[in-house]
Parts: sequence; structure tokens; C-alpha cells
Amino acid sequence: MRTLIDVRNVSKTFGGVVANHDISLKVPEGEITGLIGPNGSGKTTLFNCIVGNHPIDSGSIVFQDREITTFTVQKIARLGLLRTFQQTHIYGNMNCIQNMLISVPHRTEGYSDMFRPYRREAYERVDELLEFVGLYSKRKLQAGDLSFGQQKLLEFAMALMNGPKVLLLDEPTAGINPTLINGLIDRLKRANQELGITLFVIEHNMRVIMNLAEHIYCLAHGELLAQGSPNEIQNDQRVIDAYLGAH
Amino acid sequence: MKPSVIALYVVIVIAGITAPLVFPNYTFQIAVLWMMILFALTWDIMGGQMGYNSLGNIFFFGAGMYISAVVQIAQFAPVGEYTSAFGAYQVEFTDAQYYTGLGLGIVAAGIGAIFCAVILGACVFGLRGPYFAIGTLGLALAAAELIGGWEWVGGGGGISMPVFPGGPDLRSRFFYYIVFVLAITTFGFLRWLYTTRFGLAINAIRDNESKAEAMGLHTKRYKTAAWSIAAFFLGMVGAVFGNMVGFIEPLEVAFPTVTFGIFMVAMSLLGGKGTLWGPVLGATLFHVIKELTWIYLLGWQWVALGAIIVINVVFFQQGILGWAMDRWPEKFGIVVEPSPGEGRAVGAQEAAQ
Amino acid sequence: MLDNLSLLIQAPLLNIQLLLDGLLIGAIFALAAYGLALVWGVMNVKNLAQGDFVIMGGYIATSFADYGIHPFLALPAAIVLMFGFGWLCYVSIIRRVIGRDIFVSLLATFGLALVLQQALNLIFGSDVQTADAGFQTRFFFGGQVTVADTKFIALVLAGVLAACVVLFMKRSRMGKAIRATAQDARAARVLGVNTDRVYAFTFALNSAICGAAGVLVAMIWVIQPYYGIVHSIRSFIIVVLAGLGNLPGVIFGALFLGSAEQFSAFVFGAEFQVAAVVCILVLVLIYRQIQSARHRQVVK
Repeated sequence: MRTLIDVRNVSKTFGGVVANHDISLKVPEGEITGLIGPNGSGKTTLFNCIVGNHPIDSGSIVFQDREITTFTVQKIARLGLLRTFQQTHIYGNMNCIQNMLISVPHRTEGYSDMFRPYRREAYERVDELLEFVGLYSKRKLQAGDLSFGQQKLLEFAMALMNGPKVLLLDEPTAGINPTLINGLIDRLKRANQELGITLFVIEHNMRVIMNLAEHIYCLAHGELLAQGSPNEIQNDQRVIDAYLGAH
Repeated sequence: MKPSVIALYVVIVIAGITAPLVFPNYTFQIAVLWMMILFALTWDIMGGQMGYNSLGNIFFFGAGMYISAVVQIAQFAPVGEYTSAFGAYQVEFTDAQYYTGLGLGIVAAGIGAIFCAVILGACVFGLRGPYFAIGTLGLALAAAELIGGWEWVGGGGGISMPVFPGGPDLRSRFFYYIVFVLAITTFGFLRWLYTTRFGLAINAIRDNESKAEAMGLHTKRYKTAAWSIAAFFLGMVGAVFGNMVGFIEPLEVAFPTVTFGIFMVAMSLLGGKGTLWGPVLGATLFHVIKELTWIYLLGWQWVALGAIIVINVVFFQQGILGWAMDRWPEKFGIVVEPSPGEGRAVGAQEAAQ
Repeated sequence: MLDNLSLLIQAPLLNIQLLLDGLLIGAIFALAAYGLALVWGVMNVKNLAQGDFVIMGGYIATSFADYGIHPFLALPAAIVLMFGFGWLCYVSIIRRVIGRDIFVSLLATFGLALVLQQALNLIFGSDVQTADAGFQTRFFFGGQVTVADTKFIALVLAGVLAACVVLFMKRSRMGKAIRATAQDARAARVLGVNTDRVYAFTFALNSAICGAAGVLVAMIWVIQPYYGIVHSIRSFIIVVLAGLGNLPGVIFGALFLGSAEQFSAFVFGAEFQVAAVVCILVLVLIYRQIQSARHRQVVK
């Protein structure tokens, strides 16, 4: 299987604090890969490093056999590597349809496209995806007026609209009504299988990640602690210790 | 478009065309009103729609004015000698020479302003919020001071523009109609622009620029384009205003940062920023208030204007249209409640759970 | 321009003169900049009327001089009057813009600056004025370097004022409350600090500092109603260079700005002095952007 994202020996410090130390991991194409770890173990920092928010201190990041270590956020996003945020990031003063429309892929956008109206297909795709995440009835509401959970769903739909190759999801179920979590897991799996989007998911909810991922990496104190199938991770003594606070 | 809206446009255009014939004594004032509307509209592209509050957009107005002056003069006389003579250097322009010079000057002003916007944009678009406002303010102030020390373009003494070949009535009407056409064109252009992808993109930058970047939007491109569009129209109207006044100098006419420069912000805010009609409304109201204070508050008019700006910003920040949108959102097409029964199967199930 | 540059190289003493002038005037810029850093840090208000407060203080000094009172005596008067004026500004305007969109505070204070400069223009006229303190001028190096005694006295006074403010912030109850509010206004409120009063006091204190700086400016330099904006820009340059809550940085930045201004005025000509200030602002902002871009960040 092809490796889509290849993180090689990445280290990142803030001042004197080591957030990521010598981390290497691979995200294979077409699969769902999980990333777990206690609070402050450097999961989100790693995401930020991959998508280009932070310049890394050492190591390299390769996406589709292409070195992207020094690329900017926008350039990486246009290559098809997208992330969602832990705290929702949406365009609050625009309605859901507008939020979706502006998320169309920008990969091949030329200067003249800036001044064109949207095509019919774009509108149809918006309707499809909003229905897919269950926000169709709220499509004309201002995004800022939606509840936190709905904003998360909208952000997920916006990411799908962008048609990425791989999607980095930062705690997709945090803050979502527990009764809706099963539906969300189902949608993530469908996005993976039907749309062919590779997923790389940070998750705190063990039930969710064990259910979802095929391969899991576990971080602790900024270092890679363990990796393996959900079963192996569940039974790994080091992982259990890390979560229970033993050293 | 609704018939009532079309009727409104027709009324405005007819009023604009007939105004100098009905009020011949106020032609200059009404021309300035159209210019104010253009100011507010172009400021709002960046300030209202894109969330980049510039205090230095007046730079393009002055840049356009000087570019056109140089272009108009340079075709028929050496610029250095012409400016150093302070109007004593008489050049006899034929009618044709004057008009082609003016036309070329206006076009050059627009294009030159775009160049300035692209170059300066690279210098200031890494700044956000208050830093951007202060940085752009710095650009406008610096331009005024630097031009003031540049003898080739007349320095602080200014330039007397080529004399219009015609009577005073014809002259004022001629420039009135150019400003009028420019303002109407700006409005029409922006009205179309905000319906394209461009409109959504700059709104997205206003609401959450880091998200827009994370989604791969070409933010720099959109920001530069937005500033260039504002610069283009401001540059052209600057060229026209320079000729309309007949004499240009850096501090009071070309780069009046503390008057026109701040007025364009105040007018947009007064009408409601981030809307198409807000700036038009704000500019009209502000101009009327300004003229009234000129008549009734002799001497203290500037203090009164400053106070109006403060009151506007502090107590009435959302502006007239912003207030109306809060009050009657449905009239502006903003939906606050999901419409029941409209939801399709999946959404309805979800909501019921 | 090149002539002036070669003159600087041929006559090294000229450099000393310019540097000395720059440092002495820079010390006064530091006062207003410290005030700006204070309101910026504590209440997140970017005060564009800063320079106009300075000019107001200057006019208090010239008014005293007009009545035959020594401008030194204007110093306490300016501090008291400007403190009251700052409080008034806070209650009427600033209170309503705290916590709002950051641009609102900028624009509101810009409007205030407009009102002040126009009002000063109507009251005092647009002529350049100075408050003559009537001190001697000292000569060094056989008369090639001259420094007016007033400038030394102004330097000492600026130092004393700054020390007083710093001591006040460190020791007094109000000073501690101000620093607590700057760190976390909500936590301070929970712990019983009356943040509204703290804000009012901070703004009034800033205005008093500016007033005192203005008296010194009027004594050693010139004032004019429209010079306010340049003083505001100077304060911004210094704060942007130094960052918030960095007193040594503010002092260093102010001294740097003062000398840079003197040198550029000499090399390019006096008519370019204001241009130099504004160009330094633009350059400093560009420098900050490049610095942030290295960390893939923006200046906010």
C-alpha cells in the first residue's frame, strides 16, 4: 500500500518545551489512521507541523513522495492535505451554503476564476454534502448561529467539499451530543470508503477510535510511545500506563 | 431584480443627471457628494467586506492625482520647469491636446494606482487588525511628506493644473459628469463583484482568515485584488478631482489623511459597513451633515466633525443598515430560524434524536 | 544629500552633536511611549490621540510662560490637569470602546485626536510656539558642540518621572491592581478588583504622563496643534519595536528613534524629518512582518 504522509524524525520545541521529539509515522493511502495520547502529549502540535502552521526544528515531512516541510499552509492545503480544528473554525457571518461554496477546491483556480459565479454543479454538491452531514434543513442559517456540534459537522462538510486526498481531523467527536456520535462515525467511514478520502484522526474517545481506525499511533510526552492495530494498542501496557498517569 | 429596485436606480440616475441643471450653483458640492460615495464604496471593499481596516486608502487618491498631473504636463512641457514656475510657465493647450491629456492622465492614474496597490500590498498584508490600520496610515502620511519634499513635482508648493479650455459653467458641468459616471460605475461594478466568487472569498477572509488559509484559498491574491480595485477607482477620481480643483499640493488636496482619509471610514461606518448600500447612504448623510455644520458652525466645524466621528464610532458602530439588519433580519434575506418541514429525511431524523 | 553625508564624515564632532540632541529628545519620546504601552497592555486600547495629549501638555507650559510663570511650574499643573482630562476622556469615550472590535478604539481615539487638534488650533492658533525656560547653553569642544541646559534638565526630569511611575506600578496598591488587570481582567474582577476604576486610572495616568512629556517638549523644542499625530506615530514606533511591558526596550527604542530622526533630518534636510519618522514606522512594521513570517505567523 502506498504511503500518503510520511513523517520522518520530526522535532519541534517551543522555547525550551519539547512538544514533539523525533517522531516518525506513516499514513497509508485509503485507510483510517488514529492518533491518541494523553493531554499535552503533542498530538495537535504534530498536526500543526504537518499542515505547515509551525516550522519544524528538524526532520522532514513527505506527502505523496513530495517534500512539503517548508511549504506554507495554503500550498499544502491546495495539494490536498486538509485539517479541521479542535475549536470550530467557520465563517460565522455567512450562511451554510456560502460557507460550503467558498470551500470548493482551489487547486486549479486561475485569476479569472476569482470573478466567476459558481457553477450549477457546485450548488448541487453543496446540497448533497449538507444532506450527508444532516444540516440540509439549516442551510440558510448564519453559520455563527449554529450550535457547536452543528458547526463541527459544517466544518467536516466544508472539508469534504474541498475534495482533499487526506483529511486530518482534530477530535471530531469532542463537544458533540453523544447520541449523534454513532452517526458521525458512520459518516467518517463512508467518507473514507465512498469518497476515497484517507483519514488521520486525533481522538480522545477510545470507543470511537477503536471502532474507526485500522492502525493507531500513541504519543506521550511528545514522543512516539506505541503503534499497532486497535487490539494491540488496547492491550499495550505502556499505553495503559500513559493514560493512567504512571511513568 | 424587483421593479421597486429598478425604479430606485432610475430615480437616482435621473437625479444625478439633472442635478447640475437644477442647482447650477451647487454643481461642485454635488460632484463632491458623488466623490464621497465613491470613497465610501471603495473603502468598504477592504474595510467592510474583507475586514482589513485601512486608514491610508487616501494614498491612492493622491497618487492618482499626481500621476495624472505629471502625465498631462509631460506630454507638452518639461515637468520640472513647469512645476518650478508655479503657474507662471504658460503652456497653450489646444482643446484636443487638453482632452487627450486629461483622458490619458485619468487612465494612467487608475493603472498607476493599481501598481502602487500591488507593491504596497506586499509590504502591509502581513499585518493584521490595528497594525494594518496604523501601517496604512503611515503609508499615506509618508507619501504626503515625501511628495512635499520632491521639487520635481512642485514640492510643498504644489502644481497648477492645465487650464480648462472653456467657460466656468461648462468646466464645472464637465467635471461633474465625469465624477458622476465614475461613482455610478464603481457602484455597478461592486454590485456585480459581490455576487461572484470574489465576494464570498473576501467575506471569508473577514470572518476567519486562518481558516481560509487552511482551506487553501489564495488569500494574498484576493487581498491584492481587493486593494487594487479600490486603488483603481480612487486613483481615477483623484485625477479628476485634481483637475476639478485646478491646483494640487500634497497635504491638503492630494493626501488629506485627516479629512477625506478619515471621512471615507466614518461614512462607511455611519451607513453600515459590509453592505452595498450602507456606504452610499452613509456618504450622503455625512456630506449633508458636513455642509450644514459648515454653514452653521463657523470656525468650529472641524471640531464638530471630529465629534460626530467619535459619537458614530462609539455609540452607533453597526451603522444605519447594520442596525436595520439586526432589527429586521428577514428583510435582508438573513434566516434566523430553520424552516420546519423543509428538512429532508436525514436532517429531520437527526433533529428528532 | 551626499554633501551632508561627507560633512558628517569630515567633521566627527557633528555626529556627537546630532547623537546628543537625538538622545536628549528621545528620552522624552520614551515617556509618551511608556504611556501608550501602558494603556495598550492594560486595556488593549491603541490610543491615536497620544500625541495630542502631549501637545496639550505643551500648551499648558506655553500658557504659563505667557503669564510670566516659569514653565517648570507648569509640570505639576500639567500632570494634574491632564490626569483629570484623561479621566474625562475615559468616562465619556474610552469606557465604551474597551473590549469591542479593536478598530473601534483606534478610530474613536483618532476622532478624539481630530477634535483636540482642531480645538487647539482655534484656541492657540497655528503658529509654532515654544516655552522659553531662560537657561544657558553649554559649549563643548571649543564651541563645536552646543547643548542647552534645558535639555539636560528635561532629561533629568524625564528620568525622575519615569522612575516615579515605575515605582508606583511596583509598590502601590493601585499599581498592583493595574498589573493584575493587565494579566487577566476577569480573574482580577473575580478577586474584587474594580477594573473599571483601574482602567480609568490607567488612562488618566497615561494622559498625565503625556502632559508632563508635553511640558518638556515645549521647553526644549517647538509645538504646534498639528504636530500631535507625529508624536502619536513616534509612540507607536517605539512600542512596536519594543513590545508591551518591556521598559528597557521602550527606553532603548526611544533613544534610537530620537537619534535616527536627528541624523536623517541632517542628511536629507529638515523638511524630511516628519517623512523620516513615518518611513521608520513603515520600515519597523515591515521588519516585524519578516520576523513573524519566519515563524509562519502574522503581526497582530
